[in-house]
Amino acid sequence: MAVSRMAGLRVSALVAGAGLLLSACGGAKVGETTDAQASGGGQSGCGTFNLAVNPWVGYEANAAVIAHVAEKELGCKVVKKDLKEEVAWQGFGTGEVDAIVENWGHEDLKKKYIEEQKVAVELGETGNKGVIGWFVPPWMAEKYPDITDWKNLNKYADLFKTSESGGKGQLLDGDPSFVTNDEALVKNLKLDFKVVYAGSEAALITAFRQAEKQKTPLIGYFYDPQWFMSEVKLVKVNLPEWTEGCDADAAKVNCDYPVYDLDKIASKKFADSGSPAYELVKNFTWTNDDQNTVSKYISEDKMTAEQAAEKWVNDNPDKVKAWLPAAAG
Amino acid sequence: MTAVPTTPATATAGAAAPGSAGGRRRLRGRYLAVLILAAWVLLSVVLKGRDTLALGGAELTPLHTRLNEGMDAIDAGRNSNPLFLYFINYIRLFLDESVTFVQALISQPSFGRPVPVVGWLGVTGVATAVALLYGNRKVAALTAAGFAAFGLLGLWEESMDTLALTLTAVVLSLAVGIPLGIWAGLSDRVNRVVTPVLDVMQTMPTFVYLAPLTLFFLIGPASATVATMVYATPPVIRITAHGIREIPVNTLEASTSLGSTPAQALRKVRLPLAKRTIIVGANQTIMAALSMATIAALIDAPGLGKTVLKALQTLDVGTAFNAGLAIVIMAIVLDRVTSAAGRRVEAERRAGRARGPRARRIEVGLVLAAAAVLVYLSHVYVWAAKFPGEARLGSYVKQGAGAASEWVQDTLVTYTDALKNLVTYGLLNPFQSLLAGSPWWLVALVVVALALLLAGRRAAIIAGVSLVLLVLLGLWHDSMVTLATTLVATLIVMVLGVVAGVWMGRSGRVDQVLRPVLDAGQTMPAFVYLVPILGLFGATRFTAIIAAVAFAAPVSIKLVAEAVRGVSPTAVEAATAGGSSTWQLISKVQLPMARAGITLAASQGLIYVLSMVVIGGLVGAGALGYDVVAGFSQYPLRGKGLAAGLAIVVLGIMLDRIMRAAAQRAAARPASQ
Repeated sequence: MAVSRMAGLRVSALVAGAGLLLSACGGAKVGETTDAQASGGGQSGCGTFNLAVNPWVGYEANAAVIAHVAEKELGCKVVKKDLKEEVAWQGFGTGEVDAIVENWGHEDLKKKYIEEQKVAVELGETGNKGVIGWFVPPWMAEKYPDITDWKNLNKYADLFKTSESGGKGQLLDGDPSFVTNDEALVKNLKLDFKVVYAGSEAALITAFRQAEKQKTPLIGYFYDPQWFMSEVKLVKVNLPEWTEGCDADAAKVNCDYPVYDLDKIASKKFADSGSPAYELVKNFTWTNDDQNTVSKYISEDKMTAEQAAEKWVNDNPDKVKAWLPAAAG
Repeated sequence: MTAVPTTPATATAGAAAPGSAGGRRRLRGRYLAVLILAAWVLLSVVLKGRDTLALGGAELTPLHTRLNEGMDAIDAGRNSNPLFLYFINYIRLFLDESVTFVQALISQPSFGRPVPVVGWLGVTGVATAVALLYGNRKVAALTAAGFAAFGLLGLWEESMDTLALTLTAVVLSLAVGIPLGIWAGLSDRVNRVVTPVLDVMQTMPTFVYLAPLTLFFLIGPASATVATMVYATPPVIRITAHGIREIPVNTLEASTSLGSTPAQALRKVRLPLAKRTIIVGANQTIMAALSMATIAALIDAPGLGKTVLKALQTLDVGTAFNAGLAIVIMAIVLDRVTSAAGRRVEAERRAGRARGPRARRIEVGLVLAAAAVLVYLSHVYVWAAKFPGEARLGSYVKQGAGAASEWVQDTLVTYTDALKNLVTYGLLNPFQSLLAGSPWWLVALVVVALALLLAGRRAAIIAGVSLVLLVLLGLWHDSMVTLATTLVATLIVMVLGVVAGVWMGRSGRVDQVLRPVLDAGQTMPAFVYLVPILGLFGATRFTAIIAAVAFAAPVSIKLVAEAVRGVSPTAVEAATAGGSSTWQLISKVQLPMARAGITLAASQGLIYVLSMVVIGGLVGAGALGYDVVAGFSQYPLRGKGLAAGLAIVVLGIMLDRIMRAAAQRAAARPASQ
């Protein structure tokens, strides 16, 4: 007992001594090396900009580029908040979120927060077109060329049977965040399929990746723009064409999904604040190719969102200039 | 999550009773049970598909709509209900400030400095000093190595954010939980009221209350802290109450007869004697709080959880594993230090005062001085403030884990697919069609009859009420699908638990090798290994089962090992001397005598499997898990998500009560003969 106590004391003394010795050697001191430009490169008057970041890479690309420009050009303090859509919309009401910069539809949320509570406003399209639909891996489209027409799906239903689909063909659905009419579609188009819920985007992407690699049959719900499309170019199955109003009654839908014009939403408070960041978000618009480029930097080249945004902004100064508020540009 | 009985009552429930055949009554009960099951199978074939109460993915019942409206009403009333608002607002402010303060100290640039107040060297020094002063030198070394690893993995700041949030939540949980636990330990009535509340807190999936929480506490540290506390407070309450209760009656009588008041008895007798148990409770609370790191990141909680979730978006298994590894290291360090502290408290109590107060004072002084020097250095010098080096280790870990995951998915998929099909077609599908494919009233009748037969009248009543609740919640069919998956997973957990547990219980060396693996299985966030197991087994119910088993089996294995080790050595020696073979020794002596522990392992395994239902929903299990996830993601489905959460709670409470009563009965019966 006594011995170990002595040893303990000795160790402590040693550590303390070593520490003192090191402090004598010194080194750079905190505060000496702080870079001057960190304290503000642009104009003041922007203040804090609370930007919601929804959990998919395409959104992150939008958010990263906007945040980069807001910080470097407008001198804003950007606070990114990682949130699911539903929680992000709630943030308009509580004043915790200023803007959402890639919104897929969400008519129900628009009704609640824009029309009823009047805490949010629409800020126009991002320029990205969102395509939702049923997709098959490329090897299948090659081997069974007529599979891309929905009328032939029943012919191939047997291929898609799995342990989960109860003897029918399996139609794999993904993240519950996305709007899906698939159960109604299967019923109304009289398809011999069963919707199986993968439950997350990760599950859906992994399933498609394995299906292409292992050449196993798979048909599922997917969407574009999506970073995975640049790794495996999934092929869309054509459902009966979308026409105005064909999806008005959720139970009777028998047509493809419409093309979504992805848009931006801001809180009412932010819109009235006169912040230059608001002008930036309002002016922001780019193409699917632009977004896919930044998404690729993040997902395949493993850059951080900040690095990816910086690279794209440096490569596209003209596009960025067009977004800046008149006063700053 | 919790590694020790969250329901300590079970431990006392079945005092091992190997007894010779429990008599005719028991045999008759068995025949009857088999008869009921046979009748069920027959009838289910005849009545297949009738009254299954299936509900489509987007379909709602009036109850779900009403729940949705109720939540809307709360949302709308938020700004007009001043009392409610002020009260909640002050709590929110307090929580936000607490977390931000700890972050300013150790993780975030603060007070106009580019770095936190205390840098890596200071934090490591203080943590090591604490481990040395309250634990021993071994755990102090482990602590220093663990904190260094955070830096080497390239995750110092993220780790400190997680630590800041976890510590704040833990301190507050203990501040609330220990007094409540003492109260519940002293008063039977309080205990009766508190227990079901704790059951709900522990089995209600976090996803259900995560989004509503942000309405009250806003997005940020406060909501994350509350979500963590809801899950982390129950263990310390339960275990503290248990510790206060189990103090020997004669010790208390002695103190009463010496004239001490109840207050004195509490302070002088109960609390000192229960101190070690309370530390075990604190340990469990810490583990539970840490297990919330990833889920809390869904509402913008800072730290390692964010890294994991971000990596999952691009299926970057390497980066997710790297961050998961940091969480595992943090869990192991905190676990070992608190366990060592608990043992030390016990040892010092037994030995009276182990060391002279003067020597202790010098030791404390020196250690604190050393830590203070390190803190000062890390406050002033850059090399001690920001972790130096390139975080090479982190990039190796990332590459290694990424490559391993890819290799496994590419090469093993044919075998794993076959295994999945075997279990699904052979076991899961038939079982599910029995539960979810028969009319609801038939299933309800069978379950109540079996509960009555095996667990007694009280359990049968609870089962009946629970089943009716499931019907009322509008989620009968989904509940039965989830129940089938849960029971199959629990079965696998128990097979693993008994096999590995006996192996571990019989050999110290196996224990040493397996234990860290089990710790990792328990604390590694499921989000880290979802991608590889999805690659191997597809988006299926079987994948959900694998995830549940990975999480639940470690607990069961540890509990079985503990029970086997607890079998009295004399019984083992006697059997060995009597010429028993190893197999006979295990099957005739060790397993029967460890029966109470094995029952506990089964009930804990089940609870753990149930707590993975929502994760299962993310990988293709559908049913209740998916309903909860969908409710979290889609505004019109919020009400249904809440109902699904309640259904999971109901399932959990029903199964727990039946199992406990059955175990109690099995233990009590030979004695009553």
